Amino acid sequence: MTSTTTHSLAIAAKGLHKAYGDKTVLDGIDLAVPAGTVFSLLGPNGAGKTTAVKILSTLITADAGDLHVGGHDLAVAPQAVRAAIGVTGQFSAVDGLITGEENMLLMADLHHLSRSEGRRTAAELLERFDLVEAAKKPASSYSGGMKRRLDLAMTLVGGPRIIFLDEPTTGLDPRSRHNMWQIIRELVSDGVTVFLTTQYLEEADELADRIAVLNDGKIAAEGTADELKRLIPGGHVRLRFTDPAAYQSAAVALREVTRDDEALALTVPSGGSQRELRSILDWLDSAGIEADELTVHTPDLDDVFFALTGSTDTADVPAQSKETVR
Amino acid sequence: MSTLALAVRDSNTMLRRNLLHARRYPSLTLNLLLTPIMLLLLFVYIFGDVMSAGIGGSDRSDYVAYIVPGILMMTIGGTVIGTAVSVSTDMNEGIIARFRTMAIHRGSVLIGHVIGSLMQCLASVVLVGAVAIAIGFRSTDATPLEWLAALGLLALFSLALIWIAVGMGMASPNAEAAANSAQPLILLPLISSAFIPADTMPGWFQPIAEYQPFTPAIETLRGLLLGTEIGNNWWIAILWCVALAVLGYRWSTASFNRDPK
Repeated sequence: MTSTTTHSLAIAAKGLHKAYGDKTVLDGIDLAVPAGTVFSLLGPNGAGKTTAVKILSTLITADAGDLHVGGHDLAVAPQAVRAAIGVTGQFSAVDGLITGEENMLLMADLHHLSRSEGRRTAAELLERFDLVEAAKKPASSYSGGMKRRLDLAMTLVGGPRIIFLDEPTTGLDPRSRHNMWQIIRELVSDGVTVFLTTQYLEEADELADRIAVLNDGKIAAEGTADELKRLIPGGHVRLRFTDPAAYQSAAVALREVTRDDEALALTVPSGGSQRELRSILDWLDSAGIEADELTVHTPDLDDVFFALTGSTDTADVPAQSKETVR
Repeated sequence: MSTLALAVRDSNTMLRRNLLHARRYPSLTLNLLLTPIMLLLLFVYIFGDVMSAGIGGSDRSDYVAYIVPGILMMTIGGTVIGTAVSVSTDMNEGIIARFRTMAIHRGSVLIGHVIGSLMQCLASVVLVGAVAIAIGFRSTDATPLEWLAALGLLALFSLALIWIAVGMGMASPNAEAAANSAQPLILLPLISSAFIPADTMPGWFQPIAEYQPFTPAIETLRGLLLGTEIGNNWWIAILWCVALAVLGYRWSTASFNRDPK
């Protein structure tokens, strides 16, 4: 690796490997995150996302791999790496026994800020994260969203240039999630590098410059959201019927469709452009078919995710780019 | 910042954090004080006359003098249960993971616990000592130097038990397990010379009672405060303290430096 690439990359990993006993968690993954960008590691539960964050943030050691964070070798200079990073883990890293403000001042002390500087930084961040009212209450009394905000506020005390966020919105309600996204966007606009893990495709799509899909300890695909979407076949139009007879006759009339007998739905391949949509509608009209519901489905990260990870569990994954036309 | 300055500054920060916990939630420390105080009152006011006769004294005031050094050592054994519990609780907190990813002095988390516990031990000893004085305990002939030595012994003994308790806390999966594993530290005084002289115990048991860590420490404290024969107890006590402290330190730091789960 030349020195120029080392400098422009905030995080560089080559052949990162980690196993617990005979269970391989990370099977030689490569990562390259340019400074000032948001990189998202996307994957289902148990894919190894948290392990990757723990290793890159010096919490645990890798079994093998050439790892650099902030230009420092993790194996040689972990303390220099620690000085460059901030970490907000999946599980709240706040001290529940003391107040939010005391948590902030604790961080200020550990970053060796002067008393006045520490007080100022704590006050600013509490204000920015909307925690002023709760500042004097013990952190254990905070709601999930407040704890997460305090957690991130604590991470920012030292002004880290590289921030690891391990599933920062897992378990948050939609409003708190959107707040968190806004906060992350602000960080990025300050030039901070963000390494984000998430199981929400929507989140990676919203925030990340580049996305790597981690599955079973390996990077299944990497690229921008658009690049990943291009990896899988195009979208489709879905026609749903309430009357079984209408469904049957439509299925016979439209032969180039995929049938879903249980849902009484037909899937017609389509790129989703206005022209393609009109031709489908014309075709339906001429065949005398009237569907009860028509949805246009453009390929989104869900499709990529399921195609790459072989999972069909859609339970908590909201589909994004569907518009219903009635 | 030099390594030493960093160590001092970060340890001081961690110490303040632990003292804040102790001040905000004093119930753990106070509960642990109950056992030695209750035993002191029980043995003096309920069993006192018989116990006094047993050690060849005339009335229970003689037994007060006998029992207090042991009760003070037991107070330390009880207080460090709190150390094991709070270390174990702390290690399960996400904030410890945060500390590990910060550029702070690596040992400061444990040092903060140890110094905080030492202060609590000494405060507990002073409190129990005040109860002892209130019920009539008086040092008969201790010179200022002997008082100082007594204080030093109490501090050294505290430090030794604290490091062991920190190790127990590190090794325990949760607070209950930590409390259980540290339980012997408050029970050991029962089979020492704290309540009755070791030479009145069954012959086969005497070596155990005489050479376990509490007895030499108690006998040395007794000698310093009441002028009884110390003999070789002082260096056995110091040897025990140093050995336990080193063992506990190595155990704790090795546990802390291992990759967390």
